[in-house]
Amino acid sequence: MYRYDEFDHRLVAERIRQFRRQVQRRLAGELTEDQFKPLRLKNGVYLQLHAYMLRINIPYGTLSSRQLRKFAEIARKYDRGFGHFTTRQNLQFHWIKLEQVPDILEELASVEVTTIQSSGNCVRNITSDQYAGVARDELADPRVYCELLRQYSVLHPEFSYLPRKFKIAVTGSPIDRAAVAVHDIGLRLHKNAAGEIGFEVLVGGGLGRTPHVAHTIRDWIEPENVLAYVESILRVYNIHGRRDNIHKARIKIIVNQMGIDRYRELVEQDYAAGGVKPLLPTDEIERIAAYFAPPDYERLEDIDDELERLAAAEPAFGRWWKNNVAPHKQPGYAIVNVSLKAPGAVPGDITADGMDALADLADRYSFGELRVSHRQNLVLPYVRQRDLHTLWRALADLGLATPNVGLMTDVIACPGLDYCSLANARSLPVARDIGMRFVDADELAAIGPMTINISGCMNACGHHHVGNIGILGVDKRGKEFFQLTLGGSSDKNASLGDRLGPGLAQEDVPDAIRAIVDTYLDLREEGERFLDTYRRVGIEPFKQAVYGSVEEAAA
Amino acid sequence: MQQMVIANRLADGAVVFLAAGDRWCTWIGDGRVLDEAEAELALATARRHEAENLVVEPSLIEVTVGDDGVPRPVAIREHIRAFGPTVGDGSTRPQVAGDNR
Repeated sequence: MYRYDEFDHRLVAERIRQFRRQVQRRLAGELTEDQFKPLRLKNGVYLQLHAYMLRINIPYGTLSSRQLRKFAEIARKYDRGFGHFTTRQNLQFHWIKLEQVPDILEELASVEVTTIQSSGNCVRNITSDQYAGVARDELADPRVYCELLRQYSVLHPEFSYLPRKFKIAVTGSPIDRAAVAVHDIGLRLHKNAAGEIGFEVLVGGGLGRTPHVAHTIRDWIEPENVLAYVESILRVYNIHGRRDNIHKARIKIIVNQMGIDRYRELVEQDYAAGGVKPLLPTDEIERIAAYFAPPDYERLEDIDDELERLAAAEPAFGRWWKNNVAPHKQPGYAIVNVSLKAPGAVPGDITADGMDALADLADRYSFGELRVSHRQNLVLPYVRQRDLHTLWRALADLGLATPNVGLMTDVIACPGLDYCSLANARSLPVARDIGMRFVDADELAAIGPMTINISGCMNACGHHHVGNIGILGVDKRGKEFFQLTLGGSSDKNASLGDRLGPGLAQEDVPDAIRAIVDTYLDLREEGERFLDTYRRVGIEPFKQAVYGSVEEAAA
Repeated sequence: MQQMVIANRLADGAVVFLAAGDRWCTWIGDGRVLDEAEAELALATARRHEAENLVVEPSLIEVTVGDDGVPRPVAIREHIRAFGPTVGDGSTRPQVAGDNR
């Protein structure tokens, strides 16, 4: 993985010194809260309901065991013994004291981790496929370009005061695991007939209160020009983006107001204009690519037959292997997903002890490396297939082998009103109730792939618009209600969910989900996933199932 | 209507309630319940403390006092601020005898 050079180290050290003085001045009363707030936000420090929250970037979701151990140490020393992984491959600590933040930043810097630009109106953490570098279907490792974009965008003077936050995601695989179509800029790698790679550039996607699926602004841009093209998109946005209304300030708004054709015209004009361009010579791409060279794999063969035998002998292992293990590009290896969605657990939460234990397992079985997925799980990317059974046992002992990755209890949820000062309703108890209601592993497997995404307000941190089932918490005269949407998807054929009907009380949500699932099981045809059935039959049967049953229950 | 003044303490962000003697406490049961006549004056005190960098974002919240004498915020949001998240293992709950600095 990438290692800081002297410039990175110096930049981070200077930034921490600056922020330490800013905190001192705030505590001494030399800065007011209004003056201090933009400064703390630039360093990932929020004030939430119970305490300060610190948001830490995990660039493109790649994490070393050493970094994870440091997170565990911070969780114990400065927080309440746990952390929360988010949909943007960040880690959040929710019980932080402002006076201790500069010390925490020093600790993070010692393992080459920062909070710079994890909030505020700037280019945020660049996200990517959690299977980058190991996916069997991958064309090229997207992290090379993520890292170049990270270096380019960190403290970029022209883009430090954008109209609003700006999120970029990159995928190197045809199967989109990074949800690039719901980002401000999405980059999708393709290969042309000559075998060269290039990017399809998407722009103007996003969720929040006005969700949009991104438009393709350009079908093909060569790797050496990708920074220059991104710069032109950012520049047009910086000039034309609205600063008078926070709800109309994201790039998706102007792209959809002026139309993608006009936006493209402006970008192409800027791109064609003279001036200094951030071009990427091949040797620079290769220099960064060297950091992402594959680990020292052993020459091994796939052992599917043996794994089949083990799975037959031990169905619990079989279920885990089927759901949580993904194919690897290297023969004899596998990608292991670690579910942070045990029944009743808070999605994305992990204890300090869990972090330490996983760091040890990463050292033993995965070349000391882990990944964070935007679905709030962790990944061990380089596991020998012959270690799978032993690793499964070790994970099961830690309560980290719930075999539900990609299934309906692999719920995405934002922290909601239990922590967040923006939220209208609690998402975590809804996630917990769904997890507790659907515990039969055989039934979950029979239901098959399904995503449930929960947000506690219309800012949509839980990506509810792109959940196969989306759940949005709203406040109606001081009471929490939950609006369901169906048919959302963040994959290659991204779509926004359709609203099912009036909001439901929290206690009615699990029954409604039950009714939706039963309707799907009744209507599905051979080989269909929930999303396929929904797209074929439409919303009506589900509407009847939910509002029929809820009305009956109320009668 | 019974009210209390709630805020976050500047240095550590902890949720605090204005108590007797214009002190701030972390346990809601130690805070001062105000009637309407007292509320505005208490909020003015809190704003002064905000200007003196003791607390941030002070506001009045409506409470009801239960049989156990512990005030309970009416709004869910403020209830969660007072008593902690409604999920988790209990390590996130406020301590009853908070440090009342």
